[in-house]
Amino acid sequence: MTAPQNIGENSSMPHDTQLRPPMVAVHTPGPAAGVKIHCEKVNAFYGDKQALHDITIDIPDRAVTAFIGPSGCGKSTFLRCINRMNETIPGARVTGRIEIDGSDVNARDVDPVVLRSRVGMVFQKPNPFPKSIFENVAYGPRIHGLASSKVDLEGIVEASLKKAGLWAEVADRLHQSGSSLSGGQQQRLVIARAIAVQPRVILMDEPCSALDPIATARIEELIDELRRQYCIVIVTHSMAQAARVSQRTAFFHMGILVEEGATGEIFTNPRETRTQDYITGRFG
Amino acid sequence: MTDIAQDTRAQDARLKKRHAAEARFRWYGRVAIAIALGFLVLLLGRVVQQGYTAFWTHSITASVYLDPARIDRTDLEGNNFDYIAGGDLLKRLKVQDDALGLASGEAMDLVSRDLGFQLLDRIKADPSLIGKTVTLTVPVKANADLYYKGEIKRSTPAADRKLTDRQMAWLDRLKADGVVKGHFNSGFFTRSDSTEPEQAGVLGAVVGSALMLLVAALIAVPVGVLAAVWLEEFSPKGRLSGFIEVNINNLAAVPSIVYGLLGLVLFINWLGFPRSAPLTGGLVLALMSLPTIIIATRAALKAVPPSIREAALGMGASRTQTVFHHVLPQAMPGVMTGVILSLAHALGETAPLLMIGMVAFTPGLPESISSAASVLPVQVFLWENAAEAAFHERTAGAIMVLLLFMIVMNSAAVILRRRFEKRW
Repeated sequence: MTAPQNIGENSSMPHDTQLRPPMVAVHTPGPAAGVKIHCEKVNAFYGDKQALHDITIDIPDRAVTAFIGPSGCGKSTFLRCINRMNETIPGARVTGRIEIDGSDVNARDVDPVVLRSRVGMVFQKPNPFPKSIFENVAYGPRIHGLASSKVDLEGIVEASLKKAGLWAEVADRLHQSGSSLSGGQQQRLVIARAIAVQPRVILMDEPCSALDPIATARIEELIDELRRQYCIVIVTHSMAQAARVSQRTAFFHMGILVEEGATGEIFTNPRETRTQDYITGRFG
Repeated sequence: MTDIAQDTRAQDARLKKRHAAEARFRWYGRVAIAIALGFLVLLLGRVVQQGYTAFWTHSITASVYLDPARIDRTDLEGNNFDYIAGGDLLKRLKVQDDALGLASGEAMDLVSRDLGFQLLDRIKADPSLIGKTVTLTVPVKANADLYYKGEIKRSTPAADRKLTDRQMAWLDRLKADGVVKGHFNSGFFTRSDSTEPEQAGVLGAVVGSALMLLVAALIAVPVGVLAAVWLEEFSPKGRLSGFIEVNINNLAAVPSIVYGLLGLVLFINWLGFPRSAPLTGGLVLALMSLPTIIIATRAALKAVPPSIREAALGMGASRTQTVFHHVLPQAMPGVMTGVILSLAHALGETAPLLMIGMVAFTPGLPESISSAASVLPVQVFLWENAAEAAFHERTAGAIMVLLLFMIVMNSAAVILRRRFEKRW
């Protein structure tokens, strides 16, 4: 397989994404837009233990791809390979090729610091910085030098908070602590923080597992809006959530990518019996 | 049914035992607290009881006629102004001096030597004062002060006390006449060490302690915190870092006098630093506090939730940015606690300072961090060993000042910590 060139930017969105109302699972078969992330034979190790075996997958742009599978199946590990967060764990090692927009993320000249500004990440537990709401969002643009002036920075913060659907709730208290917000608001703040540096990809590691159903619904709605602009990869334990928010689903089991395809097909007509067993709740 | 009844009874017994055990342990806790508090009260009570008199003293307002006939203008320094003042004091008391001038001598012994020095200074500045009467207020001699405070009693056999019967009588009259007045001993806080107890104060030692602590903090805090940051956040975790960790823990347990010896060899013998100076003392205390600061800082860094690190790294912050923008500020209250605890410990440290010559008698204020100075704990040590009884109350007084210094430091730490914590 050759590296796809210049994907995403020009590809049109599938018709039904424009038409369908949010929160209704309509599953488009096949990659909707061009391939954003191309992974080939990715292996990951923690010390001597191999966590991922030869993962090969293409992740489309402007769509949500869900990684599902039982605990310890390697889905989070794989997610963290994409922005090289695994490197921060002592003893972790990754082989294989991961390309974003055709360029190898593990190439020598790629600085993980720059990579991570292009690939935003949202974690399981909302982790706003112990600073004000404004500072949380402004931090990324500040360290990456994205704002030329104070006004510019304020503009970025406002735009990011608006995109994350949080502006209306926090506009009058930008200088209060980020941790004074509710869990769901914190998670949206974290998403705003990720958006503020204009990433190409947003990785979400079980973003709703610490939230109540209402906050979850709010985040899912947000994810659905964001996919119009970004390539989103979400790890989730909730199969219902995968079915609701994603267009494509990948099922991992024991470090192996068992099956990957359009969400509708994975949930209604999986090729593998292991997938069938997992989604019907026979194990996991 | 009997089985069940028996079971319940057995359970009841066990339950009672458990409750009893719990009540017992609560009482053990209360007793432990009571013992600890009891000792603390005993200690503080003893210090205060012995030392509160150090904050009260007596001064005499003496009028001295600078008789031109008795003053040698050619050798001002050679004149015995104390003796002249003693004679004047006798006149005021309407006591006839004997042929040998013994009474004048005894009267002279009631007033601080400071009087003579002050007279000399006044005449040097303005020789026209000779022939006039000069009025000065100076402390009474320590023994006189002790008599007023009831430490020297008439009931003691004359041979065993420092004052003669007539000296005591004079003191009583001076007090009754209002020539001698008791007042708050501000001199204790504005003077430095002296061989004369009534002129000895703690200012020199307080300044010395402050300078030394400043040196220690300026060196130990940045070095300790940065070492801890490197060890905790950057160093590869392996055998070497394990070895370093074990040795830091060992160093924290090394007796402080060993650091004194190290300072003596390293700073004084090799590097030629001045002896008895706050600079050298501060360096030794910095070495001594480093392990504690490193251990406390590492613990504080460890306590910062990893989610903060992930958040910053995930945003594309470098590891250094992650540490200095997020992790260290978050750990700051813990770091502050460790720093203050170790510096407070250093403030009270005496043994290593003895090794680097800080036991020297140092009157006057230190001019810089490299001039000789005394520090509070050493001052306590020196005064405690002094022969004059009047130094004993000052020893306790200096201990109280030392404790106050520590309380101020610790409260500053608490306030700073609160401020850091307030930032979310």
